[in-house]
Amino acid sequence: MKYWISVAVFLILALAAALSGVNEYVFYAGYIVLTFVVLSTAWNILGGYAGYVNFGTGAFFGLGSYSAVVLFKALEAPLIVQIIAGAAIGAALGFAVGIMTLRLRGIFFAIATVAILFIMETLMVNWRYVGGATGLQLLRPEVMAPFGSYTRMLFVVMALLAVIAVSVARYIQVGWIGRGLRAIRDSEEAAECSGVPTLRLKLFACVVSGALMGAAGAPMPMYLSFIEPASSFSLNWGVSALAMPMIGGTGHWIGPVIGALLLGSIQQIVTVTISNEINVLVVGVLLVLFVVLAPDGVVGLFRKWARRSSR
Amino acid sequence: MIFSFDLLFEAVLFGVLLGCFYAAVSIGLSVSFGLLDVPHVAHPALMIFGSYCTFIVTGWGLDPILAGVVLMPAFFVLGVLIYRFYYETFERRGTEAGVRGLAFFFGLAFIIEVGLILGFGVDQRTVQAAYIGSSLSIGDYRIPYRMLVAFGVALLLTFCLSIYLSKTFTGRAIKAVAQDEPALRLMGANPVRIKQWAFGIATGVSALAGAMVIIVGPVEPAMDRLYIGRTFCVVVLAGLGSMTGTLAAGLILGIAESIVLMMLGASWAPAVAFGLLLVVLGIRPQGLFGR
Amino acid sequence: MGAPLLQVKAVSKHFGGFTALSSVSLDIAPGERFGLIGPNGSGKTTLINCISGSLRNEGGQIVFEGKEISRLPAYRRTRLGIARSFQLPRPFHTMTVLENLLVPSAYVTHLRDSEGEVKAMEILRSIRLADKAHALASQLSQVELRKLELARAMAAEPRLLISDEAMAGLAGAEVDEVLQILFDLNARGITIIMIEHIMQAVMRFSQRVVCLDAGRIICEGTPQAIVGNPDVQRAYLGA
Repeated sequence: MKYWISVAVFLILALAAALSGVNEYVFYAGYIVLTFVVLSTAWNILGGYAGYVNFGTGAFFGLGSYSAVVLFKALEAPLIVQIIAGAAIGAALGFAVGIMTLRLRGIFFAIATVAILFIMETLMVNWRYVGGATGLQLLRPEVMAPFGSYTRMLFVVMALLAVIAVSVARYIQVGWIGRGLRAIRDSEEAAECSGVPTLRLKLFACVVSGALMGAAGAPMPMYLSFIEPASSFSLNWGVSALAMPMIGGTGHWIGPVIGALLLGSIQQIVTVTISNEINVLVVGVLLVLFVVLAPDGVVGLFRKWARRSSR
Repeated sequence: MIFSFDLLFEAVLFGVLLGCFYAAVSIGLSVSFGLLDVPHVAHPALMIFGSYCTFIVTGWGLDPILAGVVLMPAFFVLGVLIYRFYYETFERRGTEAGVRGLAFFFGLAFIIEVGLILGFGVDQRTVQAAYIGSSLSIGDYRIPYRMLVAFGVALLLTFCLSIYLSKTFTGRAIKAVAQDEPALRLMGANPVRIKQWAFGIATGVSALAGAMVIIVGPVEPAMDRLYIGRTFCVVVLAGLGSMTGTLAAGLILGIAESIVLMMLGASWAPAVAFGLLLVVLGIRPQGLFGR
Repeated sequence: MGAPLLQVKAVSKHFGGFTALSSVSLDIAPGERFGLIGPNGSGKTTLINCISGSLRNEGGQIVFEGKEISRLPAYRRTRLGIARSFQLPRPFHTMTVLENLLVPSAYVTHLRDSEGEVKAMEILRSIRLADKAHALASQLSQVELRKLELARAMAAEPRLLISDEAMAGLAGAEVDEVLQILFDLNARGITIIMIEHIMQAVMRFSQRVVCLDAGRIICEGTPQAIVGNPDVQRAYLGA
């Protein structure tokens, strides 16, 4: 119950902020941070809960973006349809990749996700309808009242998506599916011999993860008024989506949220004040530091501190 | 799309040379991932780092291949240090090493890539040598000399490493540790030191591989991403642990990429390695000669 | 024998050029205490893996309670009533002992957590591991880990339990403790296949013993007959 109250408070605050006179930049940056909340939560469902690392978050995310563009260009589809389509296509890609590689060891799945990423990018680079390598400019539709700008509306939409993603992750984690996924992560062979249908559960996690990533990608072209393959399918999405849960903590649904808020904000600050390259360096360094020194992330550190102070 | 047997033959010829080059740059990964089971997604990044080091050393007047050879000992030490760190931090603790090991190497690759951008900028770098820029003419076909050089070095490298692994005591120990670590321990050998040594060799070889990369064409920091596809494709297609398979797999990839390049152009070529990798994973994950 | 519980019919398994199992056949009667011995590398664990589903056999059939199970994935076989413990314990190390047992409760017997916990505590009490119920599996001692392996198999309510070297590396009193657990399970009607190197345990426990060597059955009979058999002695001591 506490959870749903917090969710309601969060959404009300987000809406109130969007309707207020707060600086436009807050929504511009906030949209990206919220996108990362969705991406890192989605990554963690397969990576943190089940132990299968996805490097190719950009493939699902970018595919969501491109399917939104296609629907917008061909049918002038409204945003909600774009998002649902993004989720459906992301789910389909998750299923395809999963069925092909989830029977193999974890590293083969990880490499396969990189392969999918590059293949997707190559496909879009060679598809003239969506602008090929140079990309496409997009004209946003009129923004609906009561929002003052399209970006503010997208901010609220992404806040809603973040709530959906986190709620899904929480439901999975707490229920019997989550226990099965953890068993798979701890010892897949023992899980299978304890009655856990490992392939099915892994596929399920992969499909859900892909769907959420695709959904997060759908509003992006509207946000940028632009789309092009190199940035949509960049490996940088992958490293962030992986670093945020590893920094925040992979065992609990709050971990990716903390990681996204922390690292996402740091990224915004560094990109604006220093450079984009230093931003990627910061992500890489923080990832390695946490993986080596604090493998249970911020959540783990907090738990240790809580145990120490209760003595 | 122009098609003629002449063009096809030239593409295959180029593909053979390219394939041997791909085999050579993948040999290091064949050892570190194929034999030692280390999820070394940072291998291409280290190799490109080797390319840039070659760039610096040739700036002091050395021939690129010589530069690569000179760098090998330093890279060997680097490899030993990286493996030691990886082993102490991840493999020893055992639990959940898989996810964290992968994340570690992924992060390392990014750090190296950005380090190169910060140090050298995003512009492409090349090296100069007598054999770069001119081509050998055989009848109607022109073969760039630099490709022949890469071909030659590749064959030599593969040959030497295969001999080392099958004829020397340390080499055989490396192969043994891949197959049966407990038995090796019973023989009195220390598996960790052997793996460390092997990883050092793999990284040392990457230095020479990096030299070849910059001989064959200009390099830029983000190239490691493309080479993840090529090297892993070769290693997986060959089958983990097979050295000779690396050559065969490299040839297959090289010829496939060359033909696609000829028929569909440069915008499709990057996907060949990744596509072939997916096909292999889907149909025959143990590769051609896997254990 | 009446209708056998498990029938292994001419099962073979190859790894590349290496033949791990070569046309192995045996029948296990319901309620039987069955011992499987053989030197290292003889194929015992491979045979177990083929029965439990961790590996797929290449030739032959595996029939459990009249049903052909050779094509079924391992989790289905567990749900049909075949459970196994692992030679090297594989606990779910980020979970507590109790949570370890809740996995088969949820996935095999489909119990809700509240019911599963009650049953799990019963099992833990019966093997004297109840005091560690809330300890993390990663903090258990060797013998406690072995007990956890058996407890987890018990939570799946099997009709056939395969114990893969559950006593390896344990000292005298600990061996007796684990052996007693297996006796108690058998008394409740669970058929048990025991793989063991500790000969006195195999002798005390088994009603029938089969000896494997290089993927083939070289001897089958009572414990006394097996021990006296020259082929068995040769297999263990080398040519």
